[in-house]
Amino acid sequence: MNAMVKAEGVHKSFGQIEVLKGIDLEVAPREVFCLIGPSGSGKSTFLRCINHLEKISAGRLYVDGELVGYRQKGDRLYELKDSEVALKRRDIGMVFQRFNLFPHMTAVENVMEAPVQVKGETRATARARALQLLDQVGLGDKAGNYPSQLSGGQQQRVAIARALAMDPKLMLFDEPTSALDPELVGDVLDVMRQLAEDGMTMVVVTHEMGFAREVGDALVFMDDGVVVESGHPRDVLTNPQHDRTKSFLSKVL
Amino acid sequence: MTADIKKKGPEDAPPPPPAAGAEAIRAVPVRHYGRYVTAVVAIALFGLIVYAFAQGRINWGAIPDYFFDDRIIEGVWKTLLLTALSMTIGIVGGVLLAVMRLSKNPVTSSIAWFYIWFFRGTPVLVQLFVWFNLGLVFEFINLGFYRDEWSDFMTPFLTALLGLGLNEAAYMAEICRAGLLSVDEGQTEASHALGMSHSKTLRRVVIPQAMRVIVPPTGNEVINMLKTTSLVAAVQYSELFRQAQNIGQNSGAPVEMYFLAAAWYLVMTSILSVGQYYLERHYARGSSRTLPPTPLQKIRQSVFSVRRPKGVST
Repeated sequence: MNAMVKAEGVHKSFGQIEVLKGIDLEVAPREVFCLIGPSGSGKSTFLRCINHLEKISAGRLYVDGELVGYRQKGDRLYELKDSEVALKRRDIGMVFQRFNLFPHMTAVENVMEAPVQVKGETRATARARALQLLDQVGLGDKAGNYPSQLSGGQQQRVAIARALAMDPKLMLFDEPTSALDPELVGDVLDVMRQLAEDGMTMVVVTHEMGFAREVGDALVFMDDGVVVESGHPRDVLTNPQHDRTKSFLSKVL
Repeated sequence: MTADIKKKGPEDAPPPPPAAGAEAIRAVPVRHYGRYVTAVVAIALFGLIVYAFAQGRINWGAIPDYFFDDRIIEGVWKTLLLTALSMTIGIVGGVLLAVMRLSKNPVTSSIAWFYIWFFRGTPVLVQLFVWFNLGLVFEFINLGFYRDEWSDFMTPFLTALLGLGLNEAAYMAEICRAGLLSVDEGQTEASHALGMSHSKTLRRVVIPQAMRVIVPPTGNEVINMLKTTSLVAAVQYSELFRQAQNIGQNSGAPVEMYFLAAAWYLVMTSILSVGQYYLERHYARGSSRTLPPTPLQKIRQSVFSVRRPKGVST
């Protein structure tokens, strides 16, 4: 089976600073793939490369067998036009640490926005689907609320529903619970767990080791722009091989 | 100590009723004697000024006589028309310049920078005179389908419109730029991640949020523009101020006509301020948990709360 995400020697530099120093990894379809590591290790940057919010500097990055951001003809790479990049992003949902809901739209309008504007669905169809998705994340009664009237956990669940409205084949989570009060984390993780059970392919940057151990199918520990250790979450988290992994885990567990 | 506090009271307050549960505080408020003094001084000064004007050699009766004079009404319409059209030019041009300045293309962004530098850096009155006298540079205007002598083409109205509109565009550009920059970058990212194009992101996500920052200063600009139109009296356009001046010279009541013009400007700016309030309220959607009440709602609320002590929320 083709990998959903495949990275071959991915580098990324911001000016002089090299943030990713050759990342190789594969995410299989229907897999929950967790990225852990200290802050500044490049895990969020790598996630943002997957839907081309950041351009990679070297290497190759494929999503569902296709190059991200480029087209290859012979030996030459051609940059994709903005509209082509946008077309590919439709299939990749993203959930941000700080939610990034549209504050001038209600919850249901947030979820409807992309299907109506990007896919050209009618407002009625999009609304019905949006309400169903809000129900699915446990917020059926908050459809008419603006983001400012929702708690952080509720906002993040709306953000997940918004991403799901485009029927993505891959979901990216960028520290989805890091900005939440501790008692709200559980609701968001429950939604993600349900999503995993439904067979969604997920790449999750997280500090929730419990979630990684219970739900994750694969885990990568990154530090300083390289993959230090990878394997099944249970193995890596309970029996880390590298010193850096050990010292990181001893601090967070 | 308690006795001291009591002494300050004007008369003995009735003893607090035995409260059930939490006892409501009934303390004698602090007396602000300084406030009484300043209030009296302010009223006295205000009265003096009113008196001075009332007994001065001003024929106040002339103002109502001319207030709805045909020439004045025509001037009012021309002022409003000029305000509306030059603000339209200003806003459209401002948005364009703001987008140009934020563009990654160095040529367009420096052209926008230069435009703003020039038009903000020179007085609008000077710009008006330059437009008016540009016939010294261009003898003819030739647009292909339209050809005329410059002095015939550049009527007072066109001079006023171009002068005010192009100047305003420079100010609006800075306001729009600040507005666009005020929207969090995460909003653009979220929109792009959903597969929305640049223009859709700008139109559906960024601009509606930027409006909250853009609208209040734009309202100020409109009010400012309405008053600035009086400058174009200098280039022969017969808006409100020029009409008032003309009547004043012919009827021998120049000062009275200035007061009349001032009154009309006040009426118009007051109406605009009300409109601005509602516009700002509209764009506050989502940014605050509850919208501030409209003045009408406030009145209704206080009326109802007298009738029904519990108060109602609308």
